[in-house]
Parts: sequence; structure tokens; C-alpha cells
Amino acid sequence: MKKISLPSIFSQLLLLFFVLIWIIPTFGLFISSLRDKDLLAISGWWTSLTTTKVNEIYRMAGMENQIKEGDFFIIKGKLFDSNSGKKIQSFGITSKRINEFAVDDIAILKDDSFVTVNEDGEYILKSEKEFSKKKGKRLFITALSPPAFTFDNYREVLFKEGIGRAFINTMAVALPSTLIPLIICSFFAYALTWMKFFGRDTLLAIIIASLVVPLQMSLIPILTIYNDFGALFGVAAKSYPGVWMAHTGFGLASTTFLLRNFLKSLPNEMMEAAKVDGATHYDIFLRIILPLSVPAFASIFILQFLWCWNDLLVGLVFLDQVPSEIILTAKLKELLGSRGENWEILTTGAFVSMTVPLFIFFALQRYFIRGLVAGSVKG
Amino acid sequence: MKDRSKEDEVADININTVNKYFGDVHVIKDVSLDIKSQSFTVLVGPSGCGKSTMLRMIAGLEDINSGTISIDGQVVNDLPPKQRNIAMVFQSYALYPHMTVFDNMAFGLKLEKRSKDEINERVNEAARILQIEDYLKRKPKQLSGGQRQRVAIGRAITRKPKVFLFDEPLSNLDAALRVQMRVELAKLHNELEATMIYVTHDQTEAMTLADDIVVLDTGIVSQKGSPLQLYDKPNNMFVGGFIGSPKMNFISSKITSKSGNATEVDLMGMSKITVPKMSASSSEGDAVTLGIRPEHVLVNQDSDGTWESKVFVVEKLGSGTFLYLEKDGEPLVAETEGHSDIKVGDTVKVGFPSNRCHLFDSSNQAFK
Repeated sequence: MKKISLPSIFSQLLLLFFVLIWIIPTFGLFISSLRDKDLLAISGWWTSLTTTKVNEIYRMAGMENQIKEGDFFIIKGKLFDSNSGKKIQSFGITSKRINEFAVDDIAILKDDSFVTVNEDGEYILKSEKEFSKKKGKRLFITALSPPAFTFDNYREVLFKEGIGRAFINTMAVALPSTLIPLIICSFFAYALTWMKFFGRDTLLAIIIASLVVPLQMSLIPILTIYNDFGALFGVAAKSYPGVWMAHTGFGLASTTFLLRNFLKSLPNEMMEAAKVDGATHYDIFLRIILPLSVPAFASIFILQFLWCWNDLLVGLVFLDQVPSEIILTAKLKELLGSRGENWEILTTGAFVSMTVPLFIFFALQRYFIRGLVAGSVKG
Repeated sequence: MKDRSKEDEVADININTVNKYFGDVHVIKDVSLDIKSQSFTVLVGPSGCGKSTMLRMIAGLEDINSGTISIDGQVVNDLPPKQRNIAMVFQSYALYPHMTVFDNMAFGLKLEKRSKDEINERVNEAARILQIEDYLKRKPKQLSGGQRQRVAIGRAITRKPKVFLFDEPLSNLDAALRVQMRVELAKLHNELEATMIYVTHDQTEAMTLADDIVVLDTGIVSQKGSPLQLYDKPNNMFVGGFIGSPKMNFISSKITSKSGNATEVDLMGMSKITVPKMSASSSEGDAVTLGIRPEHVLVNQDSDGTWESKVFVVEKLGSGTFLYLEKDGEPLVAETEGHSDIKVGDTVKVGFPSNRCHLFDSSNQAFK
């Protein structure tokens, strides 16, 4: 039995609060991205979860659809696709009295034709005279609409608006930008921790010092260097290798520092035992450090990957804003300017950009937490 | 190479005026040692005396500032551990946690690129000797402390080194297991016929295991010899106090007279005792320290010198009883038979057999 005390209740409530603060917007964004774009513009996402009453206007078919059946001219049709699950409760024939008739009532129009409407949207318009108007008559219906979701937004955003391409671009930026520093920092951190060489402590001090250098400060100098360097070899300064190098440079200090802190927690005697067993530094690194550091590598991978994935600034500075290079965050920013009214595009685009961080969080959450406490708690 | 052994045995390990500094701290001071082939040598001393540093220098895990260490006649100062033909067992076991017991033991052999059959054969052989055949597929964390230590020893055995180095291997085990492993280590030494160097701060381990004990004190060799030599003839007060449990009693005293090969000292003014030991540098009236082991003090029996004292604490161990006495600020521990009637507060007569007494001069050196 767990003890219930005031502080524990408080902390549980606080936890609940934070969970809600985090879950609600995410969930809302997800629901919104699945809704019909017209509904999205007029009602909040929470209304789409339950059966709601909707008022809609439809136009019946015009004269060309009429058939003659006995003495009557008849127009038959459907107001909406029966798959949608909507159920009509009442209908009207004028905009002033939209609830005038119940389903199965017979409404008599001004031209003496009369109309019946079924629950599922089927209607029959009958008249003794021949219909002569091309434009159909309007019907106002009040219906119960069950929750309805669609992937149309995703289809549009991914394939028409260029988010799909931007997603791939971001992958092309983030994956190498994570793996390259990870490989470098693993060797680097090993050397800093377990090898004796001149200037080791100074090097470590420099790394720690460089942790506090703001990224913004060095962006433009680095771009200038890239430009000069690119001009020398006749290649574009803004390119994928450029952004990989930039991310590697900016990430290397923190990844090395985190990994070093982890490696430092491994027992010294184990390394000495391996040395006595005849292992070289390379053997120790490959056969002992690497297998034992998988959790640390995973943590650092997550942190660096998410940083690269969510980055906007580096991507804006070191890549051209063309379809083949633009990254997700930059693309979203662009859409926000050009398609600011189209909520279905923005919500969907935003959710697409969130999928990878969410997936990583849920798949690797135990490493996530270890990464955050890396160095502070052993193991 | 000094040839002081009875047989024509070559000293396996020669340590020649070795010095070691950690920064400004001089931890090993001009240490010279010869360790005989196939002997079991124990380096013993209080913590901070440099015994582990000594071992790590032999292993090649610690640089040597000056002097030479040679194994089998070859100077190994600049050789990495793997070329020294040694194996080391660490206090914390230092097993590789992600490998099975088998892989732990095979690690060194795999690095030597031995054939699979040979690896299997050697690991199984070591596992048989150490009785850990059933655990070969387990990971270290599934083993108890004693089993882990066996694996650590097994890892050393598989490589068939010339020299085994043990760095306080039993300190992490509980008392019962320590005794058991101690016996097994002694058996192992007989079985393997390898040179073993063993570091411990526990004088019981040193006494029970060693062929030779080297007592280290703040970076210098205080005395080297067989366990009984150290017990019977300590070179100085440090060795006298360090070897034996409970510790040797030390009583401040004064030389009252000297004769040819004996020295007469004063016993707290209550009696005089003539100890058959001599020191050329001493003279009448010098302050000396009389040392006697608790097990040699006679209780309520007549002896060469006696005094009377009150009992403050009685410790009954069954096999013996320790009496804690005090006389004019001088504490004294005496051992008597297990079923003693002596109670706290009793006054007892303690006797000092003169041939069991040790004398130490003012610079703590023993009278011979």
C-alpha cells in the first residue's frame, strides 16, 4: 500500500498538470490535422470528438435530372455521401425557418412541388409540372454528425505543399549531423578519459569553455569562412556537407563532454585488467567501452538528433531556401507566411515535423531520461 | 644478481632501488627486493604504505621514476603490461560486465589470437580448477562476490603467466568466504607452481599464505622474511606491532645493566628482567621499549619478571581469553586459557618469560 501524504499528492497533481499541459496541445494538433479543412476553420478540435449537430445547406439537382413517372415529374438524389454517417433530424426550405419540417414530413415548395427527405440524405422532389430551372432548390438541413476524420490534409501537405520533400531534407541534415559528431566524440571522449597525453586537461578545459559559446555569435564568421573556402574550390558555400560540418562543430563539445562524464564513471580497474590482459587502446575501445556505452550513445544520439531536427537557425544560414535543400522548420516558417489562413496545412505540417521527435521519445524514453541525468548519476 | 638462496634458484623478480613519486609525494623510497621463482610473496603494510603502488609498478600500470624492475633477468621498466608475462587480480574483481564468464576468461586469449580449441581447453581447465564450470554462461552480475573473485582469478590463470599479482583480492568478501578463498589460493599456488605476489593489509592473510612476507612502511621495506621469522624476530617496532593479533604489547622501560649477551631492563619499577638480547649501540640508562605478545604473557604464573595489575575488560573467545590490563598508564593485553574465572576488577599477576621478550631502542630498532 502506498502512503498518501500531502507532498505526494501535491507532486502527483503537479505531474498531472505537466502531463496535461504537454498532451493537450499535441493531441489537439493531431486531431486538427485529421479534420476536414472547412470544419477546421469554423469549430475547435474538441467538437470533432463527439457527435455534433450541424446545420448545412445543400442544393438539389436541377431540371436535367428529372424523370417522368406516371403523372409526376420526379427528381431523386442524395444530399451527401451516406458513408459520412450523418443523420438528418429536420430540414427546411427557407433560410429563415431551417427546422420547419421533420424527416418524413412533406414540404410544399412555392411552385407547388413537394419534397421529402430521408434520414440518410436521400430526397425525392415531386411535381405535377415539369421542372424548368437549371439551378436546383436549396435545402437546409439539421443533422447529427458523428466524428469524421480524413487524411486529405496529409495528402495535400506531403505531396503538394512540399512538406514531404522538406521532411526528407531534414533527415538528410539531421542523421549525418548526429552520426558524425557521435563517431568523433566517442574516440575523443575515450582519449580524454583513459589516455595520458600532454595537454589533456587543457583540452578538456577548452571543451568545457566552448560549451558556453553562443551559436549565434559564430554563425556568420563560419559562413564567411565557408564562402571563402567554397570559392577556393569552386563549390557552393551553402550545401549539405556545410550544414553537417556546422552541426558537428556546434554539437561536438556537448556530446564529448556528456560521453566523457559517462566514461569517467566506468571503473578504472576494468581498463587496467584489460591492459594486463593484453588489450591495446583500440581493443579496449572496441570490445569494452563500446558495448558498455550503448546507453550513453543512445542518450547522446537522441539529444543531438532532436537538436538538429528542431533547428531552424543553422538550417536557414547554411542551406539555400530551395525545395531540394529547405528543411522542415524553415518550410513551416515559409508556409506560415504564405498560407497563414490555411489552418489545415499548418496543423498538418506542424504535426508531420513532430512525428520524429515523438517517435524517438516514445521508443527510447528510458535512454532519454538517462541522457538528461548523464554525469550526475552513475550508470 | 645476489645469490642468497639455498638452492641455485634464480630470483624471478628483481626490484632494484626503485623510487616512485606522485607529484611531490615520495611513495616508494629506494626499495630493493628479490622475489624467488615460484614463491608466494606477500606485500603487507598499513594503507598508504605503497604496497599497491609497488604491485602496480611490477604490473606495468604505474611508471617507475628511478631504479629497475626485472622479470626473469629482463628489465621491464618500459614494457607494457602484456609483454611482462604477468596476470593481475584486482580487489574490485574488474570483470567485464557485458561478457559472460567464459568470455571474461577468454578475453586475453582471444587478444593473443589463440585457436578456438586452445581457448576452450584453457578456459575449461581454469574453470575446473576453480570449480566454476557451471557458471561459464552467466554474466558477472548473476554471480556472488566469491564466484566473481574466482572468475577474476580464472581470467588470470587461463593466460598461464609467469607471475600472478593479487591486489587485495579478498578484501571485498565476507569473513567466512575470505577464509575459504584463502585456503583455495594456497592450494592454487601449489597446483600452479607459479610466482605469486600478493598485496594485503591483513596480517592474517599474510601469515597464512606467504612463503615470504615483505612488510612495507611508508615506502620502505621494513623487513622481509618468512612468516615465523617476522613473528619471532621482528627487526623493529613497526614489524613487531604489525605482525600478530592482537598486537604486541609495548612497555616503556630503561636499561639497568648490560652483560655479554643479555640486557637487564626495569619493569615499571616493580621488578627487573634480563632479556637475552643485545644491541651494541645501547648503554646503561637508555630508554628502551619492551615488547611482548599477548599470547606470551603468563597470567597468575611465576616467571622471570612479574607485576600485578587490575583487569578492565575481559574478552572470552572460547579458545582463549584476552585480558585488558593497565598499570600506571601502560596498557597490557594478556591471553589466558579459554575457561578462565578471571572477572573484571580482579587483580592478576602477570609474568614475562624473558626469552619471549623483545627490546627496541629509541630509534625503534630491535635488539638482536
